[in-house]
Amino acid sequence: MHADNPAQSRKAAALAAFEGLATEPGVAKPDPILVVDKVVRRFGGLTAVDVGHVEIQRGSITALIGPNGAGKTTFFNQLTGFDTADAGEWTFNGQKMNGVPAYKVARHGMVRTFQLTKALSKLTVIENMRLGAQKQRGENFFAGLIPGLWRGEEAAITQRAEDLLTRFKLIAKKDDFAGSLSGGQRKLLEMARALMVQPELVMLDEPMAGVNPALTQSLLGHVKNLREEGMTVLFVEHDMDMVRDISDWVIVMAQGAVIAEGPPHSIMSDARVIDAYLGAHHDAPLSAEEEQQQLEEAEAELAAEADADGDSTKEAGNERV
Amino acid sequence: MDWILIFSRAVEAGIGSEAVIYCLAAIGLNVQFGYTGLLNFGQAAFVAVGAYSIATTVATFGLPLFLGVGIGLVLAVLLALLLGIPTLRLRADYLAIVTIAAAEIVRLVVRAVALKDTFGGTDGLQEFAGTFYGLNPYPEGNYVIPPFIGFDHRTMWILTVGWILVIAVSLLLFLVMRSPWGRVLKAIREDEDAVRSLGKNVFSYKMQSLVIGGVIGSLAGFIFALSRSSAQADLYSTDFTFFAYTVLILGGAARILGPIVGAAIFWFLMIFVKTGLEEAINKNVINFLNVNQVGAIQYMIIGLGLILLLIYRPQGIFGDKREIALDAR
Ligand SMILES: Nc1ncnc2c1ncn2[C@@H]1O[C@H](COP(=O)(O)OP(=O)(O)OP(=O)(O)O)[C@@H](O)[C@H]1O
Ligand SMILES: [Mg+2]
Repeated sequence: MHADNPAQSRKAAALAAFEGLATEPGVAKPDPILVVDKVVRRFGGLTAVDVGHVEIQRGSITALIGPNGAGKTTFFNQLTGFDTADAGEWTFNGQKMNGVPAYKVARHGMVRTFQLTKALSKLTVIENMRLGAQKQRGENFFAGLIPGLWRGEEAAITQRAEDLLTRFKLIAKKDDFAGSLSGGQRKLLEMARALMVQPELVMLDEPMAGVNPALTQSLLGHVKNLREEGMTVLFVEHDMDMVRDISDWVIVMAQGAVIAEGPPHSIMSDARVIDAYLGAHHDAPLSAEEEQQQLEEAEAELAAEADADGDSTKEAGNERV
Repeated sequence: MDWILIFSRAVEAGIGSEAVIYCLAAIGLNVQFGYTGLLNFGQAAFVAVGAYSIATTVATFGLPLFLGVGIGLVLAVLLALLLGIPTLRLRADYLAIVTIAAAEIVRLVVRAVALKDTFGGTDGLQEFAGTFYGLNPYPEGNYVIPPFIGFDHRTMWILTVGWILVIAVSLLLFLVMRSPWGRVLKAIREDEDAVRSLGKNVFSYKMQSLVIGGVIGSLAGFIFALSRSSAQADLYSTDFTFFAYTVLILGGAARILGPIVGAAIFWFLMIFVKTGLEEAINKNVINFLNVNQVGAIQYMIIGLGLILLLIYRPQGIFGDKREIALDAR
C-alpha cells in the first residue's frame, strides 16, 4: 500500500525500463536477460518460427501473444532445447544457449512449463516437487544407496516444497498422486515444480488455460510475485485481460515472426496486431459501392480457395508426420 | 491322485532354480521397465552373456571361474552401452526393436557352427561348474525340508547362492529406489520431457537403468549355467524374455517383491498344472488326453490364468490399484 512497498517498486522499475521504447519488433532493451537472433524452425514446407531479433528485459513480466499456430510454443521449444532449430543463436545471461540440451538449459536457470501439462502421474504431488530441486546428492546411484548422505538435504528440499505448495494451495494434496489432480491443479503443480528449480527466467506456456477465474486471480498473483522475487517471466497467453493485468511488455507473434512489441495497454490498437488477429479484411467499408466490391472480392476468394482445397489437404497431410 | 506328489513338485519348482533364474531376470526388467519404463525385450541376451562368459572362460580357455564371472559382468555393461547409446535418445519403441534383434544375434552367434570351437555350437558348453560345486558346504546326500519337499546337495548349494543373490540385489534396489535417484527413474517413466525441463540428464539415467538391469540379468545367466552345469544357446531365446516379463507383471511391476513372488507363483503354477495333469492322466481321472498333450494344455491353462489376472487384477499381485486407475484419466 505504501510507496516504498517492494512490490510496487519492482513493478515501477520494470515499467521504467520500458519507458519510451519504440514498438518495433526486436527493439533493444536496457538490460536483456535473453537475446535471440534469427531463429528459424521449419517443418517440411512450413516455417513455424522465423524470429529476427528479440530481447527479453531482466526482472520484467513479458507476454508473448499471437493467434493459434503463430509459433509461440515452437519458439519456446527452440529456446529451451526441446527442439533443434534449423538456424539461429540466442544467449541467456550472455551465455550462448543454442545447441545446448534441454536439461542444461534448465540448469542454467531458464525453466519452462508446457502448454499440455506434464504432471508425473504416478508420483505424489510432493515427489513431483522434490524432483525439481537441483544438485541433489542422492540423485547419484551410489550416494542413493546410503540414506545418511541425502536425508538432511531431502528434509530441506521438502520444507521448501511444502512452502511452495502452501502458496499454491496444493498442500492438502501433497500425498496424492499427481495424476489424480484436476487440470487446473496440474497447471498449478507444474508452475510450483518449475519454481523448485530456482530459475532466473521462467517461461510459462499458457499457465492460465483451463484454470477457473477465481484461481486465475491467485495464479496472476503468483506470477506477479515471481517478479517481486527478482525472477524474469516470459509467458504465453491468449486472454488479453490477463495480459493487460500482469505484463509489463508484450511481444506479438504471427506466422512464426515477431510482428510487433509494445506496452500492454496500447499493443492491441497497433494496426499490425489487428491485421494479424483479424486478417487483412478488417477495414470497415466506407461506402455502399465499396461494400459491394469487398463482398465480391471475398466471394471470389472463397471460390478460389474451394478449388484449391483438394490439393492443400494433401499437402497438410504430408507436413504432419 | 497323489496330491502330495503334485504339491511337493510344485513347491519345489516355486523355490527351485528356475524360480531363481526367472526372478533375477525379472528383477533386471523391473529396474528397466517397471521403474524407468524402458522396453528391453532382449533380457535373454544379458542372461546368455552371463552364462556363456563363465562357460567359455572355464570350458574353452581353462581359466578360473571367478574370472568368468568378472568377464560376464563387464560384458553385460558393454552390451547395455552398445544397445543404449544409439537408441536411448530415440522414442521408447526403438529400444524394444533393437534389443529383441540383439538378443537373437547373441543367440545365433553362440550357436554358430563357425564358432563351434569356442561356444560349442548347438550342443553348448559343459564341464565348467566344478569350481562352484567344489565350494559346496552341503555334504553329499538328500535334504528333506518338512513337510514334503527335498533337494539334493548340489541343488541346495545353487539355491542357497541363488536366493542370497536375489535377496542382496533386492535389498540394494529397495534402498536405491527410495532415494532421489529412484525418484528420477520413476519420473522418467512418467514423462521424460518433464524431467528434462527440471534439469536432469535423462539419457544418463536411462543408461544407468539399462546397465543395472542388464548386469542383474547376467547374474541370472550365471545361476542358469551353473544350475545345469551347461550353457546352451537355444535356452536364451525370446521366450525366455517373455516369461520373465510374465513373472514381473504377475508379481507387480515397480515393486521390490513383485519379481520374487511372481517367479515363485509362476513356477509353482506351471509345475502344479503339469504334474496335476500328468497324474490325472496316469490315474485315469482324465481319459480324453494323453501325456504328450500335457505340455500344450499346460501353456493354455497358464495363458488363460494370465488373461484373467490382467482383466481382474491388472496391477499384478503387489501392484497398487490406484495407479492403474490413473491411466484411465
Ligand atoms: N512437430 C511439428 N510438426 C509439424 N508442424 C508443427 C509441429 N509443431 C508445430 N507445428 C506447426 O507449427 C505451427 C506453430 O505451432 P505452435 O504450436 O508453435 O503454435 P502456437 O503459437 O503455440 O499456437 P497455440 O496458441 O494454438 O498454442 C503450427 O502451424 C503447427 O501446425
Ligand atoms: Mg502453443
